[in-house]
Amino acid sequence: MKITKKDVEHVAMLARLYLDEEEKAKYTRQLNSILDYMEKLNQLDTEKVEPTSHVLPIKNVFRKDRVEESLANEEVLANAPDKENGYFKVPKIIED
Amino acid sequence: MKLCELTAHELKDMLRKGETSSREITESVLDRIQEVEEKVKAYVTIDREGALKQADEIDEKLKQGEQLPPLAGIPIALKDNMCTKGLKTTCSSKILENFVPPYDATVVAKLKENGAVIIGKTNMDEFAMGSSTENSAFFNTANPWDLTTVPGGSSGGSAAAVAADEAVMALGSDTGGSIRQPAALCGVVGLKPTYGFVSRYGLIAFASSLDQIGPITRDVTDCALLMNVICGHDPRDSTSADVKVPDFTRFLRNDVKGLRIGIPKEYFPEGINPEVEKAVINAGKLLEELGAEIIEISLPHTDYALADYYIIAPAEASSNLARYDGIQYGYRSQDYDDLIDLYKKTRSEGFGPEVKRRIMLGTYALSSGYYDAYYLKALKVRTLVKQDFDRAFEKVDCIISPTSPTPAFKMGEKVDDPLAMYLSDVFTLPVNMAGIAGISIPCGFSKEGLPIGLQVIGKPFDEGTIIQVAYTFEQNTDFHKRKPEL
Repeated sequence: MKITKKDVEHVAMLARLYLDEEEKAKYTRQLNSILDYMEKLNQLDTEKVEPTSHVLPIKNVFRKDRVEESLANEEVLANAPDKENGYFKVPKIIED
Repeated sequence: MKLCELTAHELKDMLRKGETSSREITESVLDRIQEVEEKVKAYVTIDREGALKQADEIDEKLKQGEQLPPLAGIPIALKDNMCTKGLKTTCSSKILENFVPPYDATVVAKLKENGAVIIGKTNMDEFAMGSSTENSAFFNTANPWDLTTVPGGSSGGSAAAVAADEAVMALGSDTGGSIRQPAALCGVVGLKPTYGFVSRYGLIAFASSLDQIGPITRDVTDCALLMNVICGHDPRDSTSADVKVPDFTRFLRNDVKGLRIGIPKEYFPEGINPEVEKAVINAGKLLEELGAEIIEISLPHTDYALADYYIIAPAEASSNLARYDGIQYGYRSQDYDDLIDLYKKTRSEGFGPEVKRRIMLGTYALSSGYYDAYYLKALKVRTLVKQDFDRAFEKVDCIISPTSPTPAFKMGEKVDDPLAMYLSDVFTLPVNMAGIAGISIPCGFSKEGLPIGLQVIGKPFDEGTIIQVAYTFEQNTDFHKRKPEL
């Protein structure tokens, strides 16, 4: 077993997910079988191989720093689950 | 024959000759939806009113004698992960169930400029994660050829809509095969362009280094027409390639004489479905008779590509999907104690099981202590997968293979076995890893009458060659002319 239920709980915390006991058991089992399958990559010697994070030979892409039209405040907030006075509204995060 | 059954290029000609109107075409498609959508369930949203309004505008232009843009009056369906201004865009996820984008994706803006009539938004695997459209949070889409089987995925709704005449053409997106595999399973044409050829601006991200939008159509001519409209550099996508876009219709030539076509031995593994194998081998023979040179090649790292993909794609996804936190848009849990609790409840309630599984997998692969062992290792193996293709393309002009290892499978057959489901993409995802182009076209039918797809893989930005090979094959066969009975 590569990962335990405890690992699954830790990863779920990092990913900001709650898992119930049934899900924890299921993901522990399934992630183990997927990770076992991925073991096959270790058959390859990649010590001298450069990583490819991107296929195109693009470096930094710059554009002119000029003012362009942007969305109106009400359009930006149109999909907000909660809003007030033109702002996104979130639960209090700073103690008094 | 009804208007909704015709190809875009046929309708284009009829419209210009005054033999039909844009409204008649659109109504024919809407009537067809009325007739069969209950069985197929290809659409998440149907924009009847918007479509008829667009159609009337085209007819008005026709009446005024204005020059019509290339896709004028052609009904098109869009996968529901492309932003459409004022029209719900859900990614078939509960977390975006009520999201109405304030802007159009670049491809959508281009379609509108070119006169296409947007019929609606099609069902998909949630956030494009899946190979059967069964991961939609809303409902399953059926394969029009056999309603008990899946249409493939993740662009299953788009492929099913085109196959069932519920749209004349469609757009899908392809991260590991999500255009080509459903196209193969539904007996239509699907092309994944070279990475960077089509703007991703307004495409809701799954795995940013692999995602690419492309056409799903009834034939290769329509595919070329749609490619002409969607390709091209976009300053709003920093990974968009600044390359010249050819007129793809120039490659609609019935000629493969002298072309060198590779067949990779690794794409015919032991245990491959014999009907798929036979159909693809026969396709190779036909192309040889037509003057191509068939060369056996090797892509030695094929066997590692699947494991590699399922580290890279979930890693990118876990990072991309971090934005769904219930603050700026999308679903927010109703009941929470504090901010962290809000994040966790929103995400746990909003995401479905496969999305959670991939977020977990990707978060694990990127987490401290495992990054080198999984993610960095995977990026290095990606280099080896890409080099396989670079070497092959020194010897051949394009490569043919099966698109999918099997024809459409039964609904429910693979839902509890993620690895078995992932294997559906074994022949398509290496193309995404290498960032190159691939097209799937119909090349046969199983004895149950289910379509089989031929994949033609091309060099980067050389879509012209694969379109030419696909067109030649199509002109010399009639698999693409068969329609499902619904």
